[in-house]
Amino acid sequence: MGKAKRAHRVGTALRAFAHLTLLLATLLASFAAATEIPLDQRRSGYEDLGPDSKAMQDDDTANPASLWVLDGEALWNAKAGAANRACADCHGDAAQSMKGVAARYPAYDAARARPVDLEERINICRTERQNATPLRFESKELLALTAYVARQSRGVPIAENKDPRLAPFIAAGRKLFEERQGQINMSCAQCHDENWGKKLAGNVVPQGHPTGYPIYRLEWQSLGSLQRRLRNCIVGMRATAYEFGAPEYVALELFLMQRARGLPMETPGVRP
Amino acid sequence: MPVEIKGTTRREILIGGLAAGAASVMIVPAQATPERMQAAIRNVVGEASVKAGKVKIDVPPLVENGNTVSLAIEVDSPMTATDHVKAIHVFNEKNPQPNVLSARIGPRAGRAKVTTRFRLADTQTVVAIAEMSDGSFWSASADVIVTLAACLETL
Amino acid sequence: MARALINVPPKAKRGQVIEIKTLISHIMETGFRHDNNGQAIARDIITELRCTYNGEEIFRADLYPAIAANPYLTFSTVATESGTITFEWTGDNGFRESASAKISVE
Repeated sequence: MGKAKRAHRVGTALRAFAHLTLLLATLLASFAAATEIPLDQRRSGYEDLGPDSKAMQDDDTANPASLWVLDGEALWNAKAGAANRACADCHGDAAQSMKGVAARYPAYDAARARPVDLEERINICRTERQNATPLRFESKELLALTAYVARQSRGVPIAENKDPRLAPFIAAGRKLFEERQGQINMSCAQCHDENWGKKLAGNVVPQGHPTGYPIYRLEWQSLGSLQRRLRNCIVGMRATAYEFGAPEYVALELFLMQRARGLPMETPGVRP
Repeated sequence: MPVEIKGTTRREILIGGLAAGAASVMIVPAQATPERMQAAIRNVVGEASVKAGKVKIDVPPLVENGNTVSLAIEVDSPMTATDHVKAIHVFNEKNPQPNVLSARIGPRAGRAKVTTRFRLADTQTVVAIAEMSDGSFWSASADVIVTLAACLETL
Repeated sequence: MARALINVPPKAKRGQVIEIKTLISHIMETGFRHDNNGQAIARDIITELRCTYNGEEIFRADLYPAIAANPYLTFSTVATESGTITFEWTGDNGFRESASAKISVE
């Protein structure tokens, strides 16, 4: 083979190798972003429901969650604690004062220098403003109040975060979402970013947007919080679930809400 | 007593004997079977023959979750004083118990339609029977596929 | 605490067939579940829903453990006259809950 031809061959090979390396590097670098669902392809878990469940969510008189919302309304107006104060005494008509609140939660709490979710915010009000005992996680009362408050944001698009103080917490949430965990060594992203729309047992894998919380879950035959649902997932993945109220849940919820930014709130949702 | 004693088969009397004597007993839940469902149906219709027709069952063929399944039963009937549905009975074949619902309606209903949400323990057949004012019975059945939720809450 | 939610149209025309929806908060414990120690959890269900229209029974249902928690039941009735439609749920452990709605029929 002539010198020129050999040089040409090596040159071609080197260029191909360089291209391959560049391609690999690009793929690896964009890995985290590449699995994210494109904004225009995002859909709420509502779209994956069968017609009966959609009808259940759409009709307030058929949605079992309405029972909790009604309870929440009663609690909103009831005097509580040593301060003998109702939520309504400070916040007035929830339909006005609470509109849009759930759509921008979790929110930064300056006193605590960290974000708090809606349940914790309600308990902060109970202890600091009403001088009442905090409500237990997943208690009927806390679920009812959370459902009532979040219900006031139904139809409101989830807000895009503009608070720079929340950035590190959103990053922490993203890390939890993308990290493999548990016995099966799975991450949330593997199902909900990469395999949404496909079936797992009899159900469609949803994208996992927290648009309808607290939800009436058919599996629970009860209303439940996002933390309960996240715990279900984590246990299902054969990983250890954090305790209720753990900062990991708040970080995850913060990330999930940003991932769902722009999608309208549906509380109270119905899910399988 | 955790064990239900139903019927007089040898196996069931044996379990009853164990339960009476032993402190700890193998817990055997009373299990519905197609035979038990037939027995439950006989309980309602007696010796009358049950004809297929007039009844429509609306249930998803593959449920989203067996814990809460939407169900609608509608019967083709003019619902007049002389020609109406007296009752609608719903049965299942694989839950621990064969009965689901018995609804007594009548000409005041205007329409023979009842909806509810029920539980299905496993893939099985659901049967709905309409009891008519003339004493006749009509039925329909539906096969439903039930899977467990993909991610279970408790291990 | 809100126990029951009923939906009856407030107005109807005489002879019109109206749909009535009922929803009640209840665990509907089947009696077939066992706790972590293997102990059977006692049955606790609503066993009957009875509905009257100006005192006359228009609907009665026997509920079994197969009915899902927070029982939802819908049925129809002919709007005959203005008045009150009452609902009564009874069940295990002396459970009793009632509700009513007024209907105006022209």
